[in-house]
Amino acid sequence: MRITFPYMGHSHWVFRQLLSELGHEPIVPPSPTKRTLDYGTRYSPEFACIPFKVLLGSYLEAIELGAEAVVTTGGVGPCRAGYYAPLHQRILADLGYEIDIIVLEPPLRNMKEFYRQLRKLIPPGIGIGNLLCILHRAWVKLNAIDHLERLSHQIRPRELERGRTTRVFRKCLELIGAARTVSEINVAREEGVRLLTEIPIDREKELLKIGIIGEIYVVLEPFINHNVQILLEGMGVLADRSIYLADWVRGNALVPGEKDIKRAARPYLKELVGGHGLNSIGETVLYARRGFDGVVQLAPFACIPEIVAKSIIPSVSRKLGIPVLTLFLDEQTGEAGIKTRLEAFVDLLLQKKRKGAGAQWNQVTWA
Amino acid sequence: MESGYLGIDVGSVSTNLVVIGSEADVLASVYIRTQGNPIGAIQRGLIMVAEELADRVEIKAVGTTGSARNLAGVVVGADLVKNEITAHAVASIHSVPGVKTIFEIGGQDSKIIILRDGIVTDFAMNTVCAAGTGSFLEHQATRLGIPIEKFGELALAAKNPVRIAGRCTVFAESDMIHKQQTGHRVEDIIAGLCEALVRNYLNNVGKGKELLPPFVFQGGVAANAGIRAAFTKALGTEAIVPEHYMVMGALGVALLAKEEAESRHGFATAFRGFAAGKLQYQVGSFECEGCPNRCEVVNLRMEGKTLAYWGDRCGKWSNLS
Repeated sequence: MRITFPYMGHSHWVFRQLLSELGHEPIVPPSPTKRTLDYGTRYSPEFACIPFKVLLGSYLEAIELGAEAVVTTGGVGPCRAGYYAPLHQRILADLGYEIDIIVLEPPLRNMKEFYRQLRKLIPPGIGIGNLLCILHRAWVKLNAIDHLERLSHQIRPRELERGRTTRVFRKCLELIGAARTVSEINVAREEGVRLLTEIPIDREKELLKIGIIGEIYVVLEPFINHNVQILLEGMGVLADRSIYLADWVRGNALVPGEKDIKRAARPYLKELVGGHGLNSIGETVLYARRGFDGVVQLAPFACIPEIVAKSIIPSVSRKLGIPVLTLFLDEQTGEAGIKTRLEAFVDLLLQKKRKGAGAQWNQVTWA
Repeated sequence: MESGYLGIDVGSVSTNLVVIGSEADVLASVYIRTQGNPIGAIQRGLIMVAEELADRVEIKAVGTTGSARNLAGVVVGADLVKNEITAHAVASIHSVPGVKTIFEIGGQDSKIIILRDGIVTDFAMNTVCAAGTGSFLEHQATRLGIPIEKFGELALAAKNPVRIAGRCTVFAESDMIHKQQTGHRVEDIIAGLCEALVRNYLNNVGKGKELLPPFVFQGGVAANAGIRAAFTKALGTEAIVPEHYMVMGALGVALLAKEEAESRHGFATAFRGFAAGKLQYQVGSFECEGCPNRCEVVNLRMEGKTLAYWGDRCGKWSNLS
């Protein structure tokens, strides 16, 4: 089958390999652009959130490239995202595309259903041993990509030549993308580490530390969040992202995880509020404990779980003394508004940090 | 020649220029309409300031702010480019020492800034909706056929302000039209609109913030007596409107430029001089096809020569300049 999947950050390198090793033809949707957004907004209900619209747009683009089926994940708890796959399917059907959407719900919640859906993807010829090998390779690849990306985020705020890390990291992704076997992936990973650590950096530079939290899709897909992590890094900030796909898979699909996050959230929120609402609270607490200077919350406009989190965050913020900036993201492609808020937030954090030490307003400028 | 420090704030609706002297006293202040042409507005502003003081003041440093701050920075040759939230806070602290809450309502943006002990501890800005900004008030004034300058005066003449929905400007507008069609007096509608705007602003932008006096109210909308009265009513106390409330962003960035010049040894300004008001500038843009990001890259040329590129994420173009 020609199968497509949601485009999210750099994960397509993994899904591409996984699907082709299962004997399918992977149709990689183009990375989201204004065209994706045009398609998505044209055929989505107006009130749907931005992840819904971008996904619909990229499914349509993938269909143009010949996709016959979509594989995606389901949502957890009281969040609209749980209904998104059936809704996507209906919209596509109304547009005349009879596309099968295979929804993989987190297996820890319903193993049987997960297996039933997964069966659709596995051709009869593949034995269990072989299947495990294929899954293992994909897992190794995903971890390698996350590892290199994490490293790039350590290096970028210190780079001496602007843009160098981004270019090198793109090269790393190509290396990993081309590697097939576990040993090839490991070689590519080491080569990537070498390339990244060779970038000239300023080791002495003092960096602010900001954590990025929020709804998974807007956190992971730079097109929607205006590259917020890289924007912050350009302002001399060590920006740590709370979600990496490998961690998320480990915590939601393999072993029950994220317990520390839920425990940290407990004094403020005990209930699952859907999506990543509970995580947003817990992660804010954890970042405060780890001595971060601030937190940026990313939320799709009108996302209920994140709205719930946003209304609780001020009390976390007051109690633990960690400033939080919430950015609601929607269709806007203009970056200026986001930049202004981030710059002002960075100023605020610098001020706070230097409060005792004769603070000067203009110690940092970004011309 | 006297030393002067120039601050330029290029916003969506207005472009403001302020020159301060060595004692941080305001020597010149200009407020003009941006009218969708930021470069033209900056140039007109420069010419106006030059006419006023070019023969007696020497510009030692320049700062830019506002949504077109980067563009403005390249056009005039700025020493410092700063976001408008910080610039507004600096000007406010300078004008009203001890300020704890700043309400700033401009043409397209409204923000709230919380300060404690002279530093910003929290801020918020309207996000997806432009409800409750100067543009909306202006639009309604035009629709009612009232000059915006008369708006405040009329609001104060209201006897029974009507209740108008504040959540969204689209709802507010239809609510207003309904009230108008049922025969309410225009004064009462305007006063109701002012109250709705303030209510909306405090509930939306100010949500979850601890609002403590002294309050400062600045930005173009602070000129409106109706809005000022609505704030007093909602807060139970008056918000201070500083003398230069219209040009606080420009004042703030002028103060920052002055500080920058004075704190650095051997500082020399990058200012192109008031002559920049008469040069030929052209902007162009293109979509970079170097990678799937497809960044919209802008390039600015002065007298046919490229000055700068920006808008790319990787530095491929912006590193050229």
